[in-house]
Amino acid sequence: MSLTVTWFLLLGAALFSIGVAGVLIRRNALVMFMSIELMLNAVTLTFVAVSKDLGLIEGQVAAVFVMVVAAAEVTIGLAIIVAVFRTRSSANVDELAEMKG
Amino acid sequence: MTDLLWLVVALPLLGAVINLLFGKRIGEPISGWLAFGFVAISWAIAVPATLSFVTGSGHTETIYLFSWIPAIGVDAAILWDPLSALMTMIVTGIGSLIHLYSIGYMRGDERYPRFFAFMNLFIASMMILVLAANYAVMFVGWELVGLSSYLLISFWFTKPSAAAAGKKAFIVNRIGDWGFIVALMIIFISFGTFDFHTVFASAPTAITVGTATAITLLLFVGAAGKSAQLPLHIWLPDAMEGPTPVSALIHAATMVTAGVFMIARSAVLFEMAPVAGAIVAVVGTATALLAALIAISQTDIKKVLAYSTISQLGYMVLGVGVGAYTAGIFHLTTHAFFKALLFLGAGSVIHAMADEQDMRKMGGLRKNMPITFITMGAAWLAISGIFPFSGFWSKDEILAATFAKGGGFILLWGVGLLVALLTAFYMTRLFVMTFLGKPRWSGDVQPHESPATMTIPLVVLGFFTVSVGLINTPVRLAFEHFLESSFEGVAHIEALTFGSFSILATVALVVAVVGIAWAWPKYNTDELPAEDGKFWQRSLLAFGVDEIYGRTIVAPGKKASEWAADSMDPKVIDGAAHGIGRGISGFGSVLGKMQTGQVRGYAGVLAVAGAILIIVFVVVGGGF
Repeated sequence: MSLTVTWFLLLGAALFSIGVAGVLIRRNALVMFMSIELMLNAVTLTFVAVSKDLGLIEGQVAAVFVMVVAAAEVTIGLAIIVAVFRTRSSANVDELAEMKG
Repeated sequence: MTDLLWLVVALPLLGAVINLLFGKRIGEPISGWLAFGFVAISWAIAVPATLSFVTGSGHTETIYLFSWIPAIGVDAAILWDPLSALMTMIVTGIGSLIHLYSIGYMRGDERYPRFFAFMNLFIASMMILVLAANYAVMFVGWELVGLSSYLLISFWFTKPSAAAAGKKAFIVNRIGDWGFIVALMIIFISFGTFDFHTVFASAPTAITVGTATAITLLLFVGAAGKSAQLPLHIWLPDAMEGPTPVSALIHAATMVTAGVFMIARSAVLFEMAPVAGAIVAVVGTATALLAALIAISQTDIKKVLAYSTISQLGYMVLGVGVGAYTAGIFHLTTHAFFKALLFLGAGSVIHAMADEQDMRKMGGLRKNMPITFITMGAAWLAISGIFPFSGFWSKDEILAATFAKGGGFILLWGVGLLVALLTAFYMTRLFVMTFLGKPRWSGDVQPHESPATMTIPLVVLGFFTVSVGLINTPVRLAFEHFLESSFEGVAHIEALTFGSFSILATVALVVAVVGIAWAWPKYNTDELPAEDGKFWQRSLLAFGVDEIYGRTIVAPGKKASEWAADSMDPKVIDGAAHGIGRGISGFGSVLGKMQTGQVRGYAGVLAVAGAILIIVFVVVGGGF
């Protein structure tokens, strides 16, 4: 049983599904945030695995992009969460429904 | 010499801009002197170029300025020929005198610089009109004089009657402009150009008599609006609400003659359409008669002069209608002098009488205002047609030309003579009621002669009123010779022999003397005669033309706009606008329900949608 690309893809899919479940189920904004990171990393893993398998460089380029975007997103996202927490002493997203139409 | 002619338009325009922007800082009276200076310089620039036509060294030229509408080949260009030169002399010459007069007349007015800005704007507009080398540029001037006329009539716009008069003048002129615009369209379709030179040169071959008749009749609708001919004459008497120098400059000497000028300019077209010419002549005569009949009963000194102007414009239109273009333009010239003088004289009287315009409250002013008395006396004799004052020569030329045309035109000549009689009558009435007899004003008015800035223009105009007729006498047709090149290719009326002209002139002179002799003893009495007969009452109300228009046109128009304002607008227009707004906001509130504000809800939708997409991809394959 050699280490084929399928294992990496399966791992990526598993990580992504865990991330989706986390976002949908958890109420704490911080945990949801971590789940999103998980999804992003799952995608990165998939990109790199496929890139290695097909011998194409584009997948690794995409992986670097995802990292950059994730870094930027973390900065802003965390700032927002901290700001929300400061005003409400809670990070429960179900209570944040001010934008209801 | 002609290179600088564009300045004749540009300088007054510059004056208007300066007075509009900085008038308040410049202040009284310098802004007035500035405005006067710009017009006077314009006049001075045009003098040598005009004199070259007199000496015979000048020739007609078209001065290209810039390309205005390249798409249809319309250039901004000046046509410099004797006709436009003459009009330039009248407009800038009389214009500068009236500017000078206004410096004194408008003293103390709150919006003094604004007045001079408008006056300069008018001069610039009028110069665009008369110097235009094509119909398009002429139309620009035509509209601009309408605008400045509107601004100046309603100059004292806090007075409701002045504001209404300005609107009336503007709207009635628009009706005339409609005819002008349609005529311009037909001209462009027929000739492919607006250029005077091309249009007139190709007219005899390019268009049929029918087209020429249509064009000229529509042009005449425009001319009737501007020159206050029947049935569009109603705006001019109301225009007297403006300051008196405005009445003198715009509504007597210059702007109202634009229609006559335009017909003379289009002489080639009118020559092709004798039917249109006859209609023009009949309308002119009818206007002259009706206005004279109204003028004899008016008690407001400016109203008499206003109807007199309409009547004299009728003469000019009769002149150009019968094809006596030189005679029509000649009367335009002499009339510009004596009517401007009459208005300025009336302004001087009104000024002295502390804004009293009712002649019944004047009388005996000759001792208080000797200069006004003498100069207005000259104008009175000139307009009445007394030998050798200017009006005698020009009016007789028109009447003689009408007579010479023969046939049905003899009837028009007869009516023209009747109008001459009425003219002598009502002018004598005005003159005697104002200056002779016993004073009828109340004790607290102290009539006094006007300041020098006002009397100098009176004296200058008085000089020309007496003498200008001599430039075109049957003995020496200098004026006709001067204008010859402007009416090249236009058939000339067979000149009467000196003998028959003398007989006609004598008849006209006798008629004028009878008119004066009839009115003089009637009004030179201590007690004014009662003017309360049925005819007098109707005449005083201008034969109810305004009332007829009011009932047949204005009232239904008001009804229609009331319906539009009370029913159409709130129900249909507002209903549509509100309905669209309500529909959109309703749709929005439905969509808004989807925004629950629950982040996990959105994420769920996203996840489900993503899952569906993946399934679709897997099932259908990547090819879609």
